[in-house]
Amino acid sequence: MSITSYNGSALVAMIGKNCFAIASDRRLGVNFQTIATDYQRIFQIHDRLYIGLSGLGTDVQTLYQRLKFRHKLYQLREERNMRPETFASLVSAMLYEKRFGPYFCEPIIAGLSEENVPFICTTDLIGAKQFSSDFVVSGTASESLYGACESMYKPDLEPEDLFEVISQALLSSVDRDCISGWGGIVYIVTPEQVITKTLKGRTD
Amino acid sequence: MAEAAIALPPKGGFNFDLCKRNAMLEKNGIALPRFRKTGTTIVGLVFKDGVILGADTRATEGEIVCDKNCEKIHYMAPNIYCCGAGTAADTENVTDMVRSQLELHRYATNRESRVVTALTMLKTHLFGYRGQVSAALVLGGVDVTGPHLHTVYPHGSTDTLPFATMGSGSLAAMSVFESRYKEDMDKEEGMEIVSAAICAGIFNDLGSGSNVDLCILTKGKTEYLRNYQKPNPRSYIRSKGYDFARGHTAILSTRITPLKDQVTIIEGDAMEE
Amino acid sequence: MHENIANIENSKRAKKKEHANQSRENRNMAMMMPPRLNPTDSASGPKQHQTWSPYDNNGGTCVAIAGADYCVIAADTRMSTGFSILTRDHSKIFVISETCALASSGFQADISALQKNLDARHQTYQHQHGKQMSCPAMAQLLSNTLYYKRFFPYYAFNVLGGLDDQGKGCVYSYDAVGSYERVGYAAQGSGMQLIMPVLDNQLKSASPLVLPKRETATPLTEAEAVDLVKDTFASAAERDIYTGDGVEIVTINARGIQKQYMELKKD
Repeated sequence: MSITSYNGSALVAMIGKNCFAIASDRRLGVNFQTIATDYQRIFQIHDRLYIGLSGLGTDVQTLYQRLKFRHKLYQLREERNMRPETFASLVSAMLYEKRFGPYFCEPIIAGLSEENVPFICTTDLIGAKQFSSDFVVSGTASESLYGACESMYKPDLEPEDLFEVISQALLSSVDRDCISGWGGIVYIVTPEQVITKTLKGRTD
Repeated sequence: MAEAAIALPPKGGFNFDLCKRNAMLEKNGIALPRFRKTGTTIVGLVFKDGVILGADTRATEGEIVCDKNCEKIHYMAPNIYCCGAGTAADTENVTDMVRSQLELHRYATNRESRVVTALTMLKTHLFGYRGQVSAALVLGGVDVTGPHLHTVYPHGSTDTLPFATMGSGSLAAMSVFESRYKEDMDKEEGMEIVSAAICAGIFNDLGSGSNVDLCILTKGKTEYLRNYQKPNPRSYIRSKGYDFARGHTAILSTRITPLKDQVTIIEGDAMEE
Repeated sequence: MHENIANIENSKRAKKKEHANQSRENRNMAMMMPPRLNPTDSASGPKQHQTWSPYDNNGGTCVAIAGADYCVIAADTRMSTGFSILTRDHSKIFVISETCALASSGFQADISALQKNLDARHQTYQHQHGKQMSCPAMAQLLSNTLYYKRFFPYYAFNVLGGLDDQGKGCVYSYDAVGSYERVGYAAQGSGMQLIMPVLDNQLKSASPLVLPKRETATPLTEAEAVDLVKDTFASAAERDIYTGDGVEIVTINARGIQKQYMELKKD
């Protein structure tokens, strides 16, 4: 058993028309035993920037705290929020620093730029950045998510339709992965508002 | 010691804090995960007026394609580019570090960077890590001493060649070069052979795929042809589509947070980014 | 030894449910532990490294969907090993009878041995009974054939599709040692993980746990099922390096057996 599948996770982000969505499952387990059913893997960095961290729960929290800290330092120094691209580089640099003793986390970064251009990006656990113009996935259910997104994704979806697509992709994928699931949480970020919805899913 | 590492932004170099923990996990029989690799075909050749570099655009994680259109030809200097194969993070970072050093070097010397300078920087870095930083590179450029093409292996050894291939598709690509390479080719012929070599990798090596990227470096001019060829479009799209009606997904709760209107500056100048 | 296994197998058939449960437990184990041919772990003699395995994985994906009066069986035509393609045009579908076809991925040598074995058994059956074997009977025969080699399994992941005695579509999904189950649709092989959630989403009725009850079962027509199969293969070819080149689709219905072929990505 790999260490990234110790706790189980499913993460996905998609780009819509002037908006993006990021979603995750809510299970935290120790191998096959479920420990919590409201685990948080997606964190807000600022109003229009989110990061989802899949992988080992302890590293998820450590990494988030370090990232939040670095973003606050940046805000103090620069009196502005980080651009999504800048933040992605920060994440990548922090992971690559530990190239030979990595955090077991594969992050997904999703944000909306000042000009309302959506941005999504993922890195592997040692910080190899990968930008995308459609969708990115990560976690133990990633293979299922690749298949589901590859079929279901369409470009330029309105926020409401994007929500349906990302939710259906997430829910059908976690049902084929026994260590992620227990519903899901979806954030849809548009220039005007952030819509957070919790999904009803299988509870087994 | 540990507090200091967390409190201060790092000054560069690797950090080995988690090695002990990870070694403990590995000893307890927990497998460590795989890194993202660019199972790759990268090539380069020297022609009459300069150098042509080529690469496919597939990045894989095991047997899954994680990026269908990634960039493997990295910018080093205006006159030097470098193709990378191996662990994606390593190729990305090693080329990035040398890129930055070259830029500073240009400011200090006020001269165009030379390919050998880049080559030496790459090989000293890689040799220092004894193959642990697994980057296999094809470095090409045109400088004051003419066109140059080199390959760099993960352990830091280098070759200087008229045509070169690297990555998992290197044998497929080399078969094209070995049968068709001539000295003093013109640009069109060179581009044709390079893209044929990349296509050989794309179609015959499972680690390589998607599109062809080219970079043509000549004296005083650089052409980066991103997605020069796209021989692999999706073969079928469902006629019925996957349209989900709004409200189809069962939800437990909804929260809507309005975002504050953005501050617009009406007086004075906006701060420079 | 072999007779013993056969006897055990027969007695297990009486208690089929237990048998299924037991081999389901072994589902993953069997695949991960090919028999060790060089048991030189003992202290005496030099330690030999095991470099040779009797198995290889030649990749590929198989899908089958059962409808009210039809069955669609599909498989890609790429055969590969490691990072190389061996051939782009290798059929993974074996049409056993007029109402039954078997799609298999895994190790090509084992698959062809299994197909020959089944064909011979079916030939014998025809001579003895003067008719072709029904699809459910073939499903049980396949399970027995696989379980007979429980401790040196055929490295084959099978999907059997066809029409049952009532003329309804039926699909059977197997593991390598013969645990099987009749299902509405199935996927096996290297692209299984990518295809399965999409099939679930389009074909499965919603979980009985979701309240209020929501009916999402999509009773597809034959043309729609073929359309869905083509799309899932196109998706799998985008992301799975072992799936590609082409997909062969066999449709079985009252009119007989139709074959069609669609190109996939070649990279």
